[in-house]
Amino acid sequence: MLLKVTVLPKNGVLDPQGKAIQQALGSLGFDAVQDVRAGKVIMLDIAETDATRARAAAEDMARKLLANTVIESFTVEIP
Amino acid sequence: MHAAIITFPGTNRERDMAIALERVSGRRPAMLWHKDSVLPAGLDVVVLPGGFSHGDYLRSGAMAARAPIMDAVRAFAARGGHVLGVCNGFQILTEAGLLPGALLKNASLRFLAQDCRLRVERSDTAFTRGFEQGAEFSATMAHGDGNYFADDATLDALEGEGRVVLRYVGANLNGSARAIAGVCSANRRVLGLMPHPENCVDPLVGGTDGLPMFAGLSASFAGV
Repeated sequence: MLLKVTVLPKNGVLDPQGKAIQQALGSLGFDAVQDVRAGKVIMLDIAETDATRARAAAEDMARKLLANTVIESFTVEIP
Repeated sequence: MHAAIITFPGTNRERDMAIALERVSGRRPAMLWHKDSVLPAGLDVVVLPGGFSHGDYLRSGAMAARAPIMDAVRAFAARGGHVLGVCNGFQILTEAGLLPGALLKNASLRFLAQDCRLRVERSDTAFTRGFEQGAEFSATMAHGDGNYFADDATLDALEGEGRVVLRYVGANLNGSARAIAGVCSANRRVLGLMPHPENCVDPLVGGTDGLPMFAGLSASFAGV
């Protein structure tokens, strides 16, 4: 089963990459962009057919490795 | 001083660290590999040196913090052992949960390779007893992710408990919260810092500003 883990800097955590992207967008004329947060997407292919168990496993992986919960938040989706 | 240096794939500062430790103690540190699972008996200090362990993939230090040897390092710290993490070693200690906070990308987004000025905020740790309280010294910084972050409550607690050991003086180049360059554990036996004191132990190469850190550490285990 395919799962999508999205990891983003927490609100309140400085995101220099997001800021740089926002400035670059501004220089391209995209003036309406008020905020940019840059994170990462991790696609997991898990040998599991039960969605609840697969999601629980992915959340466990996110807490233990994929995200650093001091600075990042994560969401798990079944795309 | 019986020290061990842990190396991971991508560690690249272990040799200078070994030179610094041997210079003050006369004893060559044990070199361990990340896949080792036990530390040598009778160890005084474990050192996690700088570098780019596992290519900084995912997050700096994230993979290394979950390496087999880190369970032994965690147990060593829990027994009251001294652990020093420099640069990538500091990142690994935070990722391993041995020190609070995290190291974000430098505020400038630039890799910083230059000298910085540090102030010793507390000299009553094994790592900083070689300095006077409030002393300033220079060290080299070489990092892309050195921007220390913790939430305000954690920062206030660290300040209140006197766990901010080193602070940048003058320019806070990487944007660290409260200009924090190094923090220690509650028992003051685990220290992480971003700059490289091991780069500054030889008058011919970069000066000797970092030498008191290693000399003091060695003295701690020589009954001095």
